[in-house]
Amino acid sequence: MSHNLATTEEHHPALAHQFDTMDQQREASTFGMWVFLLTEIMMFGGLFTAYLIYRHKYYTAFVGGSSSIDVTWGFANTLVLIGSSLTMAMAVWAAQNGKRRQQMIYLALTMILGVAFLGVKAKEYYEKYDECHIPGQVIGKGFNATGGCDAGDPKKGNIADDLESRNVPPAAAAQIARQTEIFFSFYFAMTGLHATHMLIGLGVLAWLFLRAKRGEFGPEYYTPVENVGLYWHFVDIVWIYLFPLLYLISRNGHEIFS
Amino acid sequence: MSTATQPASQLVMPAKHYLNDNYGIRSWLLTKDHKRIAVLYLFSITFFFFVGGLFAAMIRLELLTPAGDLFTSDTYNKLFTMHGINMIFFFLIPSVPAVLGNFLVPLMIGAKDLAFPKINLLSWYIFIVGALFSLATMVTGGVDTGWTFYTPLSSGFVKTHVILMAVGILTAGFSSIFTGLNFIVTVHRMRAPGLTWGRLPLFIWANYAASLIMILGTPVLAITLILLALERGFHIGIFDPKLGGDPVLFQHMFWFYSHPAVYIMILPGMGVISEIVTCFSRKRVFGYSFVAFSSIAIAVFGFVVWAHHMFVAGISTYSAMVFSLLSFAVAIPSAVKVFNWTATMYKGSVSFETPMLYAFGFIGLFTIGGLTGLFLASLGLDIHIHDTYFVIAHFHYVMVGGMVMAYLGGLHFWWPKITGRMYPEGWAKLAALITFIGFNLTFFPQFILGYMGMPRRYHAYPEEFQVLNVLSTAGASILAVGFILPLIYFLYSMRFGEIAGPNPWQATGLEWETSSPPPTHNFEETPIVTEEPYHYGADREVTVVP
Amino acid sequence: MQYKLPLFPEQASTVAGPVDGLYLFLVLITTFFSLLVGLLILFFAIKYKRRPGHEAEQIHGSTLLEIIWTVIPLGISMVIFVWGAALYFHERRPPANALEVYGIGKQWMWKFEHPSGQREINALHVPMGRPVRVTMISQDVIHSFFVPAFRVKQDVLPNRYVDVWFEATKPGTYHLFCSQYCGTKHSAMIGEVTVMKPDDYAAWLVGGKVDGSLASEGEKLFQELGCITCHRADSGARGPNLTGLYGRPVRLNDGRTVIADNNYIRESILNPNIKIVSGFQPIMPTFQGVVSEEGLIQLVKYIETLSLQQGEPLNNRTSPSEIRDNEVPNIQDQMKQQNAAPQPLPGKKP
Repeated sequence: MSHNLATTEEHHPALAHQFDTMDQQREASTFGMWVFLLTEIMMFGGLFTAYLIYRHKYYTAFVGGSSSIDVTWGFANTLVLIGSSLTMAMAVWAAQNGKRRQQMIYLALTMILGVAFLGVKAKEYYEKYDECHIPGQVIGKGFNATGGCDAGDPKKGNIADDLESRNVPPAAAAQIARQTEIFFSFYFAMTGLHATHMLIGLGVLAWLFLRAKRGEFGPEYYTPVENVGLYWHFVDIVWIYLFPLLYLISRNGHEIFS
Repeated sequence: MSTATQPASQLVMPAKHYLNDNYGIRSWLLTKDHKRIAVLYLFSITFFFFVGGLFAAMIRLELLTPAGDLFTSDTYNKLFTMHGINMIFFFLIPSVPAVLGNFLVPLMIGAKDLAFPKINLLSWYIFIVGALFSLATMVTGGVDTGWTFYTPLSSGFVKTHVILMAVGILTAGFSSIFTGLNFIVTVHRMRAPGLTWGRLPLFIWANYAASLIMILGTPVLAITLILLALERGFHIGIFDPKLGGDPVLFQHMFWFYSHPAVYIMILPGMGVISEIVTCFSRKRVFGYSFVAFSSIAIAVFGFVVWAHHMFVAGISTYSAMVFSLLSFAVAIPSAVKVFNWTATMYKGSVSFETPMLYAFGFIGLFTIGGLTGLFLASLGLDIHIHDTYFVIAHFHYVMVGGMVMAYLGGLHFWWPKITGRMYPEGWAKLAALITFIGFNLTFFPQFILGYMGMPRRYHAYPEEFQVLNVLSTAGASILAVGFILPLIYFLYSMRFGEIAGPNPWQATGLEWETSSPPPTHNFEETPIVTEEPYHYGADREVTVVP
Repeated sequence: MQYKLPLFPEQASTVAGPVDGLYLFLVLITTFFSLLVGLLILFFAIKYKRRPGHEAEQIHGSTLLEIIWTVIPLGISMVIFVWGAALYFHERRPPANALEVYGIGKQWMWKFEHPSGQREINALHVPMGRPVRVTMISQDVIHSFFVPAFRVKQDVLPNRYVDVWFEATKPGTYHLFCSQYCGTKHSAMIGEVTVMKPDDYAAWLVGGKVDGSLASEGEKLFQELGCITCHRADSGARGPNLTGLYGRPVRLNDGRTVIADNNYIRESILNPNIKIVSGFQPIMPTFQGVVSEEGLIQLVKYIETLSLQQGEPLNNRTSPSEIRDNEVPNIQDQMKQQNAAPQPLPGKKP
């Protein structure tokens, strides 16, 4: 049944022992990355489904929560991330064409933009802390925090107090505040999971940068750059879903519950 | 009963093979060889099998008497929880894929290794980290929510280490994801020349289908457990009704993974049975394409039946009807397989070595277990038997009578390939028989107990249930012997077993065309496949690799 | 230790027989196919045992056989499905004239309340020959109400009423189990359902100390908690009139229409601002933490009885369409005053 087959082997230094040709290695690696991204879709998908279920259940509170997060910063982050996908694609192109310096430049740019994204996110998180929109009392200034959060200011403050100051009765206010807490829990969970993926991506990019610096990538072998590119684009696409779902849909201006 | 073409005395171990290629603990802990990783998994999951088994023994001891007099209620609740968690996540789910699959998939398709050997090793390390979390939970007091972690009990009422255990399970889940990912890419991209999809061994089809489930379902478990941990730690309020949450949502999310998980567990076992039945009937599998596609069908249908665990949980009558209908549909491909295996023996040339005995056990017990699943899928009947010992009997029939028997059968079948030595056939047959008897005595009474109304997870029970419980415990003590025997004789055979030679069963399949144990790089030269699988027949050339 | 080895619980309800019938059918199917497969394997193993000179015949398969053994199991499955679904439909639809009992599950006991006021703990007395509907809720985690002799089971959820119904056919005492794992004493959360002949049941109802019927207790609460201040039938009432409400459709301010069932009423007491009746303002305070689950059941029962008054037209002064525009500011002023000085509300704590 089996004959002896003399295989012609390419002796590219990056050819792993289990593969016969660089082509096979490239196809297998890329396919593997796509399968991995499929698992990521399922994970984020589970979280998004739970978010949508609660959005339907507590529509008013979720719309209010959406309206209170800063769409300007969110939009800025969207541009940053799309830009980083562009620089990533350029890095892949540079690797494909063996342009070592440009690879390094574009990878560095991608990392810088990624860090910028995380920086903006950190600022947004701090804003939420300042406005007492962090659920529970996890970090001290929670929904139920007293002092330090001004009631009466529609964009700041303990949401329950804020609602009551606009003549929503206490019972309704407490309830809507609780539901809004659920919104913010999802907000932090979803953006947090996304940010974690970005952090990991940044780490991988740094590793890739070092390898590019050593001149490891060229027309015969640029698969790692391509696959990291796929991962990075995926993280970008997750944000493209997150941004409308969290910030945009049913937005009613900057006031909560106007 | 040797079936080698050469006299046993002429068989020698190959000079160099994957086990002696490199010595030292580093060569094992940093290996990229799929075969060594399979052996690492073998030892790890065997450990957890006996941990889970120990808990089972304690449960059955307690249930000898109607009163809860051996352990406190809290301890008992921890026992059945830890039994379930260890058996499912740290034994059954990895068992065939991570041990036999890791070892055999590259060999069966003529490849030198899996597509991503380093990820393969990583998957073992991730498994160990998850296992350590599980052990940590056990030694610091355990968890007592049941392996199903229903909220709000688990998110707000118990005081045990739910989060620690949840982290352990979700970590082990990532191990499963990486294994599945590796298999899928390997099967797609690394088949030997001439090995088309239609020539793949059914073991490959089965593991491929299970891998599809692994990569699609396990991430949902991960996010469910993360949300559970957030709920428990930060009271975000998505599963706790007092905070505005919905406890039934947890059940939907949990079962969305955990139902397909049972197919992750059984499909690879079915693949093993296909390989065994064909070899010991000297005949190709009857209806190859139907068996192959039924694996895929089970994987697909398995994703749309999850709420059959929730018929009395408060879901609407209409959705219950849909899930019941689909649950009947998912049973059909399994039935098709059973009939095909039976038909394979028709006009075959049947022998009764230990692997075949386990295959017989599997076919019979899986049939019973699978059919009792129909009882549970029937809505009106499920109302009565849901959450009773009937369910416990059902899943132990398919998981132990089915899956564990398949795993043991596979271990025996490929033991010579993995170790180069044969296990002692006499002892093995005895152990198979003891296991079969012990198993039935343990679990058949539980069907009756369940219909009588004994609920699950009961520490103490009304007196009229005692006779059946005693029978069950008696069976468990016999079953324990049946499981301990292989541990002993397998260990013994590693050193003193008869040398097996490359193909002691005269089986078809690329894995038998290399030495036992195989060299690290699997094949001296990449094989080319020109024939159908299971090409037993008078015109077959049996090549013996020097 | 008992030496009885029965195979079935007693058949003590109208569905027990049909459920057992389906079970027996499935047992027969299972036995048949298991024996078929088992005997075939045994037969083939013996007949085709490996012998010198006998080669295996390489058979690929048979599409016809594949079709047969796909279609026949599918057909049998469909029969089982329809049978089971029909039973389920029947079991999920309580008859309209069912006797109502209310149940509360909590770690680790059952509390039952009859409309006439009897309370039972871990015991439930029911008459035979009459459908009984048990409306249940949990105070903490998910439990499950399981009576093997009746073949009924229903998970009991927190924050939501669920129903189970049965019609007992045989006097006697039967096990009640909690069948959804609920923590430490899950296996101790058991009780007894006692089925009595109708006369005995009637006697039992009037015997024993009883506070008052559920509805009358509910009426007391309705007044004590101040519900009566807003929910009146006269002009100027701030809340919808509840007479004739139970079981009727209610139009909400977001356009939806819901039915005023047990769950709606309970939710309106605990979380009044989730659903606002059209034309009214979200001014009702929540009674979460103020009323126990028992109290809620009493209130629900009381409101249910408000619909039993005959001849009263549904038309009332404060039905939504009748609030005139120029009255709205007055009502709003009253709301502000009410909310500015919140008063502690009397009532039963859990």
